[in-house]
Amino acid sequence: MSTPTRTPSGAPAQMTGAGGRVGDDAQRPDGVLKVRGEFAYSSDLWMEDMLWGVTLRSPHPHARIRSIDVGPALAVPGVYAVLTSDDVPGEKVYGLELADQPVLALDVVRYQGEPVALVAADHPDTARRAAARIVVDYDVWEPVTDARVALGHPTWNQLHDAPAEVTELSRESANLHPHGNLVRHLKVRKGDPEPTADVVVVGEYEVGMQDQAFLGPESGLAVPGEDGGVDLYVATQWLHVDQRQICAALAMPPDKVRLTLAGVGGAFGGREDLSMHVHACLLALHTGKPVKMSYNREESFFGHVHRHPATMRYEHGATRDGDLVYVKATIYFDGGAYASSTPAVVGNGGTMGIGPYVVPNVHVDCYGAYTNNPPCGAMRGFGSVQTAFAYESQMDALAAELGTDPVELRCRNAMEQGSETPTGQVVDSPAPVVELLRRLEAMPLPPDVPTGDDVDLRDMPGGVSNTTHGEGVRRGVGYAVAYKNVAFSEGFDDHSTARVRLEVVGGEAVATVHTAAAEVGQGLVTVEQQIARTELGVDQVTVHPKDTSVGSAGSTSASRQTYVTGGAVKAACEAVRARVLEMARSVVGRPVVDLRLDGGKVVSDLEGVALPLADVLGDEVVEETLEWRHRPTEAVDPETGQGFAHVQYAFSAHRAVVDVDTELGLVKVVEMACTQDVGKAINPQAVVGQIQGGTAQGLGLAVMEEILVRDGRVQNPSFTDYLIPTVLDMPPMRVEILEYADPHAPYGLRGVGEAPNISSGPAVLAAIRQATGLPLTRVPVRPEHLTGT
Amino acid sequence: MDFLQPATWEEALEAKAAHRDAVPIAGGTDVMVGINFGRLRPSLLLDLTRVPELQQWADDDGAVRLGAGVPYARVISELGDRLPGLAMAARTIGSPQIRNRGTVGGNLATASPAGDAHPALLAADAEVEVASTRGTRRIPVTEFYRGVKRSALADDELIAAVRIVPPRGPQQYSKIGTRNAMVIAVAAFGLALHPDRRAVGTGIGSAAPTPRRAPAAEEYLAGELDGLWDSRAELPAATATRFGELVAEASAPIDDVRGTARYRVHALSVMARRALTWAWADYRKGDPTCA
Ligand SMILES: Cc1cc2nc3c(=O)[nH]c(=O)nc-3n(C[C@H](O)[C@H](O)[C@H](O)COP(=O)(O)OP(=O)(O)OC[C@H]3O[C@@H](n4cnc5c(N)ncnc54)[C@H](O)[C@@H]3O)c2cc1C
Repeated sequence: MSTPTRTPSGAPAQMTGAGGRVGDDAQRPDGVLKVRGEFAYSSDLWMEDMLWGVTLRSPHPHARIRSIDVGPALAVPGVYAVLTSDDVPGEKVYGLELADQPVLALDVVRYQGEPVALVAADHPDTARRAAARIVVDYDVWEPVTDARVALGHPTWNQLHDAPAEVTELSRESANLHPHGNLVRHLKVRKGDPEPTADVVVVGEYEVGMQDQAFLGPESGLAVPGEDGGVDLYVATQWLHVDQRQICAALAMPPDKVRLTLAGVGGAFGGREDLSMHVHACLLALHTGKPVKMSYNREESFFGHVHRHPATMRYEHGATRDGDLVYVKATIYFDGGAYASSTPAVVGNGGTMGIGPYVVPNVHVDCYGAYTNNPPCGAMRGFGSVQTAFAYESQMDALAAELGTDPVELRCRNAMEQGSETPTGQVVDSPAPVVELLRRLEAMPLPPDVPTGDDVDLRDMPGGVSNTTHGEGVRRGVGYAVAYKNVAFSEGFDDHSTARVRLEVVGGEAVATVHTAAAEVGQGLVTVEQQIARTELGVDQVTVHPKDTSVGSAGSTSASRQTYVTGGAVKAACEAVRARVLEMARSVVGRPVVDLRLDGGKVVSDLEGVALPLADVLGDEVVEETLEWRHRPTEAVDPETGQGFAHVQYAFSAHRAVVDVDTELGLVKVVEMACTQDVGKAINPQAVVGQIQGGTAQGLGLAVMEEILVRDGRVQNPSFTDYLIPTVLDMPPMRVEILEYADPHAPYGLRGVGEAPNISSGPAVLAAIRQATGLPLTRVPVRPEHLTGT
Repeated sequence: MDFLQPATWEEALEAKAAHRDAVPIAGGTDVMVGINFGRLRPSLLLDLTRVPELQQWADDDGAVRLGAGVPYARVISELGDRLPGLAMAARTIGSPQIRNRGTVGGNLATASPAGDAHPALLAADAEVEVASTRGTRRIPVTEFYRGVKRSALADDELIAAVRIVPPRGPQQYSKIGTRNAMVIAVAAFGLALHPDRRAVGTGIGSAAPTPRRAPAAEEYLAGELDGLWDSRAELPAATATRFGELVAEASAPIDDVRGTARYRVHALSVMARRALTWAWADYRKGDPTCA
């Protein structure tokens, strides 16, 4: 079967580039195409004769389906297939960690937007019109929309492990899943269970539902194969976990379900779960034709999971001198209708829920609940973003209570190498929390609030909307520091596979790197090339299209690909290099101790040897495929949360400077400064890019980004009303990168992508608090919160 | 979907008379969003971008006659001195791309309560010139808005232009959005001081079913300014505050995803007070334009 052509340019997914080794500012191989608008994204996929698939979704957050009549849709000319759950040949439910989400609705729909039926037609409009004619008879139920109510926790449950059941939700439909409404409860118990302290600060906090807001909507193309299988071209984050779930739904073995990564327009966790994957395959297999599905912006808001909203109660106890004695925390994550990655989010939220501080006595209960809200799952920062707002707010509140400087208090209690985490894990690589904060403090502050006639409106809260010329504007400065695990935790077999080939093409040695690691815009393709150039001493490195014809690379998430797939590529290169050096030795005819590959040659400095690789390799193709693992982690104890849960931590800190129009409640972030330890910057300019992007996303959550859900219904599924920062909202940044090598990681590197997303928002919140003097316990902060309206 | 592209104003009017359900399209920044979201399924699109008359502005009988199809970017660059209030409103609209395409005519025909041109047009006593094969009429902008996204435009009519008398006094425009650019107004306020007529013009956006004026605030302020126009003396702070309150009282906002009714009322009182303070400071400096 042919492969799809890609409009508009027909650019191949394979990317070749030259120049740039580990540590260099290397250019992305796809950069120019993207800037020119020529890069083929998944929504550009095209094949002659293809059909268009659309999804009929539930308008109700909670309802029983009495019947579905597809007849009227089938009668529309141009329609090729209308499918419901009856047409799913294999497992009818799927899921990343727990298989609880129907491929197409079974008897009950549990969130607004749940897929109910599919239509394939020769034109997208025809398909949409036909889908609107499907008659679904719903028995509408009252939705459960509050995580604590769903769990039957009427009050904050600080001291008791086993919450009493309440009868408030005793109605028939109150249990959303057969196993109840609890997805996971993680307990961390450390030290004295009944600690006391001189000074106690209690706070309750709330974080709204953030969206990944990637620009490329969910899309892909399924092509039926001549062997009865299917080829799926799709924008995703983990090809093999998709493949596993698609195989189960289609009742097909992996060799019949082949995936290739299509151009991905951003992900941020929102593509970890399946969206149109199985749907397009079902339609393609039913019609025998290629089927394309591409969500529009509104559907996209219903087509992927969001960041868990959280409600949190924290109690911090400290000595008069400011030493933390204990932290108690109760954290609720609203997981929405299906589990998605809620168990792992709860794991992160709980195990790292008190921040990068040393605390002898810790008592954390972290819950993930089912509700009839939109499903929530992975998003950059994964459970750590929410808790950071709470624990950093608490640190500021405690500093105020003690009359100390917030940075001093943080430094006094900061984690360092050798510290023990709340889960009893000893931090066994650099943890420069104090240095990150001190460096921020030492950076110069931006000039004061502009005043008088020379005010440039673009510098004012409200911008050119001309709401203030300085009236009511007050400046605030806030600090925050955060940490997060890199890679998969809690005993997960986290690995990646790399196939590296070295051969002579046109007289020049060329390396090819083949992994299934999804490039979602973060720059892994560049990193793969840099590593191959460094390890094999060649210039030309081709990155093979990402597909399932090579083993799993694991997910592009948890800041892990440079570490884990980078590690796999490095190891595969080393294996290739060993073979090439062996070949070189036999060419030289005697053992040479210091042979290495450099500049397309086999070199020995001691013996002055310099053999062109082309001569050594000849016609030989040297290829090695390797599976690579980071050192294992372990599951935490279910009663105490103790265990070696995380393989590596990433640390970052932010200082935010804001101007707030205190009368109108409008915020202008004047400057963001970030310090981050990255172990080793493989591609420094990409590291800075990650820090800027992560910072912007954290700032967005602090001041504007929220999916508003009322009674289980999304109120703002568009970029008109789901606001993300513009260039006038995201200020210039100061960035300082530290490189303290982690001895356990390839090149000493640390994952980069998530940490800056975690510390930025709390710093902005702290700065707004300082400017206004308001307690501010909820993000995003809205003008109403700042003006008491 | 059919597509008509008249090259002259007469052809455009004839096309609209013949196809009353035709949807005119100028910049397309409202129409295309409607089509893409499936909210609008016109059987016929009437493209007005090739009609030269709509793309021009001219001085006409003491007023600026601004063709309905002149994009915001040109209002800003060509008319910033003559129509300062409208130009300030235009600066707050969308992004550079939207300002390059979007037009005042389109904003008027959409007649959204959140449209940014409206408060400025209201404050400046603009007139909307509409035409059909039956003839041309001028509608005072105060009578143009008839309900949420409804206007006085008949189904065979097109908007030809807006007419605004260049002001003799300062004008201001302020808009609240929940980010610092590219945002739909949560509340907006336009102000024009007319020293020649000893009058005050106001316009409120996003805080009632239609854009509207604040007549009580205008009257109050005109009264307070009675003795001050000539002396150009300082404006008592209490006057600006009271004016702000009266503007806020003229609104009738709702709670929605963009903001609460209470916030909108509050924000209007602050914006109106500040706008008056700036406008009066400009007036005292003898500067008819604005910041
Ligand atoms: C990203 C984005 C941001 C935006 N930001 C703002 C903002 O900040 N403030 C704001 O007010 N608006 C905003 N808008 C909305 C829009 O840009 C404005 O309403 C603009 O003025 C519409 O003008 P247009 O020429 O593009 O209209 P079109 O989309 O072409 O038409 C709009 C309506 O007017 C009708 N129409 C157009 N010309 C005529 C005519 N001559 N006679 C009769 N009917 C006519 C059309 O049939 C249609 O009903 C935004 C839109 C987008 C997409």
